[in-house]
Amino acid sequence: MTAATASASVPARRLTAAPSAFRRLWLGTRQLSAAASAALLAPFFALLLVVFLYPLLSLLSTSFLEPHPGLGNYSRVFDNPVYLRVMLRTGWISLLTTVLALVLGFPIAYMMTKVKGATAALLTACVLLPLWSSVLVRTAAWIVLLRREGIVNNALQWLGLAGRPLALLYTEGAVVLAMAHVLLPFLILPIYSALKNIPDDYMRAAAMLGANRRRAFFEVLLPLSRAGVWSGCLMVFLSALGFFVTPALIGSPQELMIATLVSQQVREMLDWPFAAALIGVLMAVVAALTMVFNKAVSFNRLIGGGA
Amino acid sequence: MVSSASKPSPATAAHVGGAAIEIHGLSKKFGAVRAVDGVSLSVQAGEFLALLGPSGSGKTSILMSIAGFDLPDAGSISIDGVDITYMPANERNLGMVFQKYTLFPHLSVLDNVAFGLKMRGVARGERHRLAAQALATVRLESYGARMPAQLSGGQQQRVALARAIVYRPKVLLMDEPLSALDKNLREEMQLEIKRLQSQLGITVVFVTHDQGEALTMADRVAILNQGRIQQLDAPRALYEKPQTRFVAGFIGETNFVPVQVGPLRAHGALVQLPGGTGAREVRTEALVGRVAASSAAMATIRPEQITLGRCDDPSALSATVSGVIYSGSTVLCIARLADGTELRARLPDPSRVNVSSGDRVGLLWPDEALRVYGEETVQGASAP
Repeated sequence: MTAATASASVPARRLTAAPSAFRRLWLGTRQLSAAASAALLAPFFALLLVVFLYPLLSLLSTSFLEPHPGLGNYSRVFDNPVYLRVMLRTGWISLLTTVLALVLGFPIAYMMTKVKGATAALLTACVLLPLWSSVLVRTAAWIVLLRREGIVNNALQWLGLAGRPLALLYTEGAVVLAMAHVLLPFLILPIYSALKNIPDDYMRAAAMLGANRRRAFFEVLLPLSRAGVWSGCLMVFLSALGFFVTPALIGSPQELMIATLVSQQVREMLDWPFAAALIGVLMAVVAALTMVFNKAVSFNRLIGGGA
Repeated sequence: MVSSASKPSPATAAHVGGAAIEIHGLSKKFGAVRAVDGVSLSVQAGEFLALLGPSGSGKTSILMSIAGFDLPDAGSISIDGVDITYMPANERNLGMVFQKYTLFPHLSVLDNVAFGLKMRGVARGERHRLAAQALATVRLESYGARMPAQLSGGQQQRVALARAIVYRPKVLLMDEPLSALDKNLREEMQLEIKRLQSQLGITVVFVTHDQGEALTMADRVAILNQGRIQQLDAPRALYEKPQTRFVAGFIGETNFVPVQVGPLRAHGALVQLPGGTGAREVRTEALVGRVAASSAAMATIRPEQITLGRCDDPSALSATVSGVIYSGSTVLCIARLADGTELRARLPDPSRVNVSSGDRVGLLWPDEALRVYGEETVQGASAP
């Protein structure tokens, strides 16, 4: 407890950063009274209650009550290796998606903190514009790119790298690539905001102490941006777990992910209680991961890693 | 890569000494502004040099050039004869303490101090031993396991100091390291830094805008204004024999008095003070810059050199008291000459001061207290 009180007595460090409209939008820092906050949040939560929470809870209740009260639906999920495999595959594909998005996204987030003026505006636009187009459109674009007579296959054959059109579409790789692309902004933004909050003097201090750029990056910049990296990764991973459109359109029908399986159960088998049980399992996993992450981040705050 | 030359020799005794720094013709422009304008200076090994000046005077730019963060447009910097002008900062093997403590928030105090050793490939056990030793030299030996956020500002700056000296650099750069601390802590840290410097024999280049700090701590002080060195001298010489009007006005309190220079003599010049009695002879050593016969010039007198006498004393300058301000150990007496020029006299021993506004007094001072500044020989200097 001494640690917590001691750090609380240190005045909160004001980290100044370029107050771009984008940052204000992303972080929003104004403080409001409790009553004002409640009043502002009430309409949203009312809507959430009626159109999301109530249907969800009634759906989940069917998983316990129909066709017979008990855990029958849940034991079906875990007893049948087919369903278990779908769940493991979903986790695996989500993990690959997260890793790919991190590898692609971190350098972009880092670049965004380094460039200024028109380049910065262009880079920010490139990151944000995809967010404003629909997932369906972005996924359809991948179909155009990856199909047998698509741009990628044509290019590969023209370059002589492939003798005949490759089966790129409807594979696990295509799903990972397209999902990483769709979810990339959710990874870039938290990392960007974490990196932006690291004062330049830390990098100068590291250089003065003998660290070259590479070591300064791994010893100072990366650890200080850890909270942003984790929250970005979690956001992408959790979104990927429940992703429907992209796997349904460009994934292999033989390699189902959980969202597609749920949709199948509902629309083709009309087995609502079992679909509800699948959703229950997915929600439990998501909730558990979020809680573990919250613990990790509050630890990070304590040691000042968030600063 | 860290060059092998920058490997520390942990086994050496505490006294490792310092390195000499040679700066020649250093210039740095930011846009149209000449931040540093042809600065040359030498710092001797083991010397404590302060760079003092108002903000924008170029003192920080000079320090950043030595550190390797701002590359100069022209000129050269060498340390112990090795040209480091364009060497990357991480290969210079210098120590630096920043204005804001810049301790890495994700590392413990001990790991912060050991960071420089880690970069130099010192094994974990050895670097922790050396870091603990360095923490002991700043009297924070029991704080190694804490995180920086759990320390006070003064403690953090002492850790930063330990971190900067643990790998035994020969030069320590300090960029206004005490400006974020409150007054008492600042004075304590001044002594701490002085003690450490004499113990290690390290060369220190210390940037500050606080003249008291510069005069107490430094062996020599370089006064900068508009990117140029106005005067580089020992603190006492700066105070007693300023070489430009700027230095006279910048260091301590000064009265500026417009005077008329009369004929030049063999050992000085005759100077007519405003509203004064007869012309006074000022000796050559107190004439600064080009003082020409029959021209206007500016004279200075330190307030504490002035004493009050009778107004009918023929050797005194007669004036009318226009204000008396009590300030603890001294009293500030403001006196107006016949032509309206105001002079300030700082009188010791307040209990014996018995003048009040409106009194006629005679102002007296020792002959050598009056210095006369002619045309400036240092470009860029201007009277405040």
